[in-house]
Amino acid sequence: MAVDDRFSRDSFYTREDEPEGTRSEIITGPVGDWATDFSHLEPEWSADPYPIQDDLRQRCPVARTERFGGAWLPTRYEDVAAIAYDTERFSSRSIILSNFRPPRELAPIGGSPPISSDPPFHHDARKLLLPAFTKNAIARQEPSTRAFCHSLIDSFGGRDVVDAAYDYAQHIPMRVIADMLGFPPEDGPQFREFVEDLLEGINLPPDDRIERVSRLFEYLLAQVHDHLDQPRDDLTTYLINAELYGQKLDPSVVTGVMALLLIAGIDTTWSAIGASLWHLAKTPGDRERLVAEPGLLPTAMEEFLRAYAPVTMARLVKEDMHWHGVDMKAEDWILLSFPAANRDPAQFDRAGEVVIDREVNRHAAFGLGIHRCLGSHLARMELRVALEVWLERIPAFTLADDGAVTWSAGQIRGPRTLPLRIG
Amino acid sequence: MKVQINPDLCQGHGRCYDLAPGLFGYDDEGYGQVLDDGTVPPDQEHAARLAVLNCPEHAVELLEEG
Repeated sequence: MAVDDRFSRDSFYTREDEPEGTRSEIITGPVGDWATDFSHLEPEWSADPYPIQDDLRQRCPVARTERFGGAWLPTRYEDVAAIAYDTERFSSRSIILSNFRPPRELAPIGGSPPISSDPPFHHDARKLLLPAFTKNAIARQEPSTRAFCHSLIDSFGGRDVVDAAYDYAQHIPMRVIADMLGFPPEDGPQFREFVEDLLEGINLPPDDRIERVSRLFEYLLAQVHDHLDQPRDDLTTYLINAELYGQKLDPSVVTGVMALLLIAGIDTTWSAIGASLWHLAKTPGDRERLVAEPGLLPTAMEEFLRAYAPVTMARLVKEDMHWHGVDMKAEDWILLSFPAANRDPAQFDRAGEVVIDREVNRHAAFGLGIHRCLGSHLARMELRVALEVWLERIPAFTLADDGAVTWSAGQIRGPRTLPLRIG
Repeated sequence: MKVQINPDLCQGHGRCYDLAPGLFGYDDEGYGQVLDDGTVPPDQEHAARLAVLNCPEHAVELLEEG
């Protein structure tokens, strides 16, 4: 068999004619008017974005900021859905809003396909991955996920107070995706750094960001080499061998997809598990009802996903246009807030309340249209198992210190410190 | 009463086969599929309506005529 030299250090890192992107000025500091100066990176937004979104929905409803080189924030369900469906006028070539716009030539593939891809490439890349993420394929991970959740709770020992985000929620998606990709399970803490580097370090100086991102790709390349030496039945070996249009994948596509699978599944699900436990800790009625009626959990879970949707995406406007009352310019960002859509009273009754037996719940937590979260069946399995095991083992718990709860900054929102009294 | 899925709209969210597994399955890529000819037995009418009302893409339809 010929040696696979796609991943030799020389060929992987020597890229000719690599076009440059554009950088915008880094603007931080308190927001004046959220309608004209919004920033999802400021502490006020992280702490509680919902009143801000509700206010903007009533008076804008598409907010603007000059930060990040210019961005728009639609807040109505209808507008969020329209953008999600309109891949002609809104590109996914970067889905993390920052002060760096990757070059237009990066489309339609983008840096981490298929989430960063536009049609027609998107469909073909996604097709490669879909079979590994069907409900049946994911069900194979359920027994080990359940056993792992139990082992986390075993490790609490006799402590009265535990951090449900740090000691429980974060570890579950890290372990599951490490298993699926065939990475060493003990590398979890590194994954957390990669996630924070990519998703939270948005306003760091460009050189810092480049260095942090390159750490992730160094790690992924090392994993690729390990799998080239010892192929095995996991997603990494699958991607190394996968073919598209009759050829093996470009090495940057292999590592880009690996980066997506590693990063996208971790803090999203970690956030969903944490936010659900946070809600139950501060809402004894809901907690007691779920303990008494475990069959209600799948319904309640959808409501947690609606009300505390962890994921906001981004798009780039392709050409200047007048859109739903505002003048968008080519290369303007769109902050595509599924959380804001999910709390639109025009779409949901009692939109601002958490109704755990809500039977009709057409929420958009996993996105809409062609970019529907590839890992949604995985996320739902992890969230359900994590909550089932927790409620079975720890039916009574409360917030130990409301003021000590902290939330992540940026496009993925969930508790990062969540001290719960369980004793 | 019958259910059907519009394949042009389905994105594989899986709400139909989660909520009404007696009426819906899915293909190798996770896209929803109607089982058999989509006829809804009386005891599954509620599940059928939930599948319709919870599809984020409005891809599941109910044909009421007998």
